[in-house]
Amino acid sequence: MALTRREFIKFTGLGLAASSLGMLGFGASGEAQAAAVRPFKLAHATETRNTCTYCSVACGILIYSMGDRAKNALSNIIHIEGDPDHPVNRGTLCPKGSALLDIVHAPTRLKAPRYREPGGTEFKEVSWDFALDRIARLMKDDRDKHFIATNAAGTTVNRWTSTGMLAASAASSETAYLTWKVTRSLGMVVFDNQARV
Amino acid sequence: MTNTWQDIKNANVVIVMGGNAAEAHPCGFKWVIEAKIENGAKLVVVDPRFTRTASVADYYAPIRPGTDIAFLSGVIRYLLEKDAIQHEYVRAYTNASLIVKDGFAFEDGLFSGYNEETHSYDKSSWDYQLDEQGFAISDDTWQNPRCVINLLKQHVARYTPEMVSRICGTPQDKFLHICGLIASTAAPDKAMTSLFALGWTQHSVGAQNIRTMAMVQLLLGNIGVAGGGMNALRGHSNIQGLTDIGLLSNQMPGYLNLPTDKETSFDEYMKTKLFKPLRPGQTSYWQNYRKFVVSLQKALYGDAATQENNWAYDWLPKLDVPLYDIIRAFEMMNNGQMTGYICQGFNPLQAFPDRGKIRRGLSKLKFLVTMDPLDTETSRFWQDFGPQNPAKSAEIQTEVFQLPTTCFAEENGSLVNSARWLQWHWKAAEGPGQAMSDIWIMSGIFHRMRELYRKEGGAFPDPLLNLTWKYTDPVSPDPEELAKEMNGRALADLTDPATGAVATKAGTLLDGFAQLRDDGTTASGCWIFSGCFTEKGNQMARRDATDPREQGIAPNWAWAWPANRRILYNRASADPDGKPWNPAKPVISWNGSRWVGIDVPDYGPTVKPSDGVGPFIMNAEGMGRLFARDLMAEGPFPEHYEPLESPVENVLHPKVKSNPAARVFADDRAAFGSPKNFPYVATTYRLTEHFHYWTKHALINAILQPEEFIEIGEVLAKEKGIEQGGWVKVSSKRGEVVCKAYVTKRIKPLTVDGRPTHVIGVPIHWGFTGQARKGYGANTLTPSVGDANTQTPEFKAFLVNVEKTKAPAA
Repeated sequence: MALTRREFIKFTGLGLAASSLGMLGFGASGEAQAAAVRPFKLAHATETRNTCTYCSVACGILIYSMGDRAKNALSNIIHIEGDPDHPVNRGTLCPKGSALLDIVHAPTRLKAPRYREPGGTEFKEVSWDFALDRIARLMKDDRDKHFIATNAAGTTVNRWTSTGMLAASAASSETAYLTWKVTRSLGMVVFDNQARV
Repeated sequence: MTNTWQDIKNANVVIVMGGNAAEAHPCGFKWVIEAKIENGAKLVVVDPRFTRTASVADYYAPIRPGTDIAFLSGVIRYLLEKDAIQHEYVRAYTNASLIVKDGFAFEDGLFSGYNEETHSYDKSSWDYQLDEQGFAISDDTWQNPRCVINLLKQHVARYTPEMVSRICGTPQDKFLHICGLIASTAAPDKAMTSLFALGWTQHSVGAQNIRTMAMVQLLLGNIGVAGGGMNALRGHSNIQGLTDIGLLSNQMPGYLNLPTDKETSFDEYMKTKLFKPLRPGQTSYWQNYRKFVVSLQKALYGDAATQENNWAYDWLPKLDVPLYDIIRAFEMMNNGQMTGYICQGFNPLQAFPDRGKIRRGLSKLKFLVTMDPLDTETSRFWQDFGPQNPAKSAEIQTEVFQLPTTCFAEENGSLVNSARWLQWHWKAAEGPGQAMSDIWIMSGIFHRMRELYRKEGGAFPDPLLNLTWKYTDPVSPDPEELAKEMNGRALADLTDPATGAVATKAGTLLDGFAQLRDDGTTASGCWIFSGCFTEKGNQMARRDATDPREQGIAPNWAWAWPANRRILYNRASADPDGKPWNPAKPVISWNGSRWVGIDVPDYGPTVKPSDGVGPFIMNAEGMGRLFARDLMAEGPFPEHYEPLESPVENVLHPKVKSNPAARVFADDRAAFGSPKNFPYVATTYRLTEHFHYWTKHALINAILQPEEFIEIGEVLAKEKGIEQGGWVKVSSKRGEVVCKAYVTKRIKPLTVDGRPTHVIGVPIHWGFTGQARKGYGANTLTPSVGDANTQTPEFKAFLVNVEKTKAPAA
């Protein structure tokens, strides 16, 4: 019988609950105990293939989340392990990768945009519209003031040097490409990533 | 990496120098163990510390931080002296035979053409002698004293075992033993792999460190073969991808250069990028440069990029300096030349050198935007956290926006690993609270700015207004749409030049970069990724782990750039006639009519061996370069220069101590310390329990390595009265760190130029946010100077003092 990994877990879990202890001759108390054995959580989890976020060995991982991806149900990640089919890590993870669940659910994960005004001593929560409107305003004002259309020799150079950007090195290539498009279309040249550190 | 992680198992010798894979890349390192167990490979480790990689090595030697070029130049001298090179490979596949111009010279630490005022070179003499057709002149007999191989021999003659030991502090017998192990792979069927990381890059001579080993590998015939190569292990999960897509001040996607002020028109720009072959019949693949640039401009600007407007060339920003790198950015901030800064998943207050300067720079901004899943130090630079972040909030006028982003588990997309594999991953859950994706945030900023420019006008809005944005949901483009845009598509029916028949219909996704045109009929946002998302589907999502002959290629798992090639330069795995050097582990070979094997040939698939086309098809001479022409800032041959902060003189040329082409800002130079006040060499590194400054936010990792410490050898600890676990103050000219000392046997004093030299180890992982204890951060100590080519900061070799101190008040 061909079973996928998940089906195997489900099969053995349900099998245990339904019969095995009872079959082993534990009698009525055994049956009660068997009925109380919960099916494995993983049997109901959704399995998602992903890649470890840390180093560029790029170990394959399997993320298990509760929730069936229905439109009105939020998923909750409950377990992360190495992908045994991945040709590089073959299921293993290092001390960093083994603890990925803790970074996904870190108490210092940010949950709302926050703003600190000049001279302020605290952050305050703001709306996305407030933050993005204000950022766009600040960027445009600076760009309009400092944009260099031509250099001293009269050559068209169209660069903006007074606002810069550092790009994320754990973000996807698709994020990277979109970031490149936006920053370069503004003429930004103070632009770098984490390749060096 | 030129090769794959699994391919390491095919090596006969594994040399780890400039890295510590067992601790920093543990799951990749197991392929080294595989090589040892299954292939009888010898593991050689050269490192200032006896690392966990060293603990499983067959042979370990210590080295003083910042002296790798001296060590490796000594290796080259040994190989040439003992004639332990792969002759046929070196003659056919490297530029050893080419003749160098008469004006080229090296004297007292400087190459010809040095300008003391600008700290740079006029490199016109760093080239080959050309014949009347413009081809490099060659002497295959190596009789001409101006042959590259003879000039190299002359250049490395000074690096005797005595000299290597005097500079590096490596005992001579250990150095020579390692030379012997390396030399054993000169046999055509033997291979050595070089594994390295930041231990080589983070030096003022970082790029030359790597280049010197690449030269060793060329001399041994170890490039292009199974179990060989130059394997940069790389850092963050997609740092390879961000580099590939050109998120660097002077780059465009696919390693195309952003124009400079001197390139006043598209034609001027292209004049320096013609890549005319330097030897008859060579491929010189960069001859297609124009196709890549035009296709990029079509991807960016669509119908607005036309032949008439030179494909919108003027819309690209032009550079007036070589790089607007991060060190320059913080110099500009400190000089009041910057208004705003956006940090997307990047924490420069922890990550960049001279933390005090970083903090002062951020304090001078009008606004700072951080986009991150985590509460970073950078986003809170303005808040007082005691000695670990002293700040007078009321005096800091910077507006700060802390924007919450989703993380890897909460998005679809691809990451490029160190072996150049583009692996697609899938979203497992929504982000917490109001966290949004970086794509959504960048789109939000873009739309708002474009709207403001439409309404108000302003400085040159044309590129912004004309940027292509044909996404189903313009507010949140789908990663698949972006991947397809990078892959590229035909904008018109593309006909086969031979038959005139339509080969590719307008609108279809391209199969690869060979289809790109320079007439505006193709678009591709990143030419080297072309082939990653074709009409056959998302190639990056492939998950077939089949591995022909179990040789570590797995060609159908995900997709590798370029063209799904897994081993770069694999034509060099076969001899000039097309027969594999190592018949037991062939990669590709010539079957009489075409190249066949387990990998995609890095070569014309039907180019006959007798045509004499070199295997290094990106280079204009078709050869691997032992002489780098004008491509490096500090010279066509590597030379040992001391770190900017060093305890000793440069014994080779006292007048030229450090990299003469290093760019050092005046305030940074003033912040260099002298060995009189800061007598110990320090080097920074990572622990296996932590990843940079992220994992201190993860509870398990914060428990495993909870607090800041330094490592100090037993001899120095005794001398300074420092106890195991006792408190110390570590200081450099730029700042001080108070933390615990771990007294170790893993770092021993070295004898450098006759004097004992102590090395202090400074792990980097602590700051003032997250779940670990508060720390000052190693970058409090490090100097603000970078590699002369890349501006990678010199984190691996600098000077400190260390003193015993009292525990800080609780």
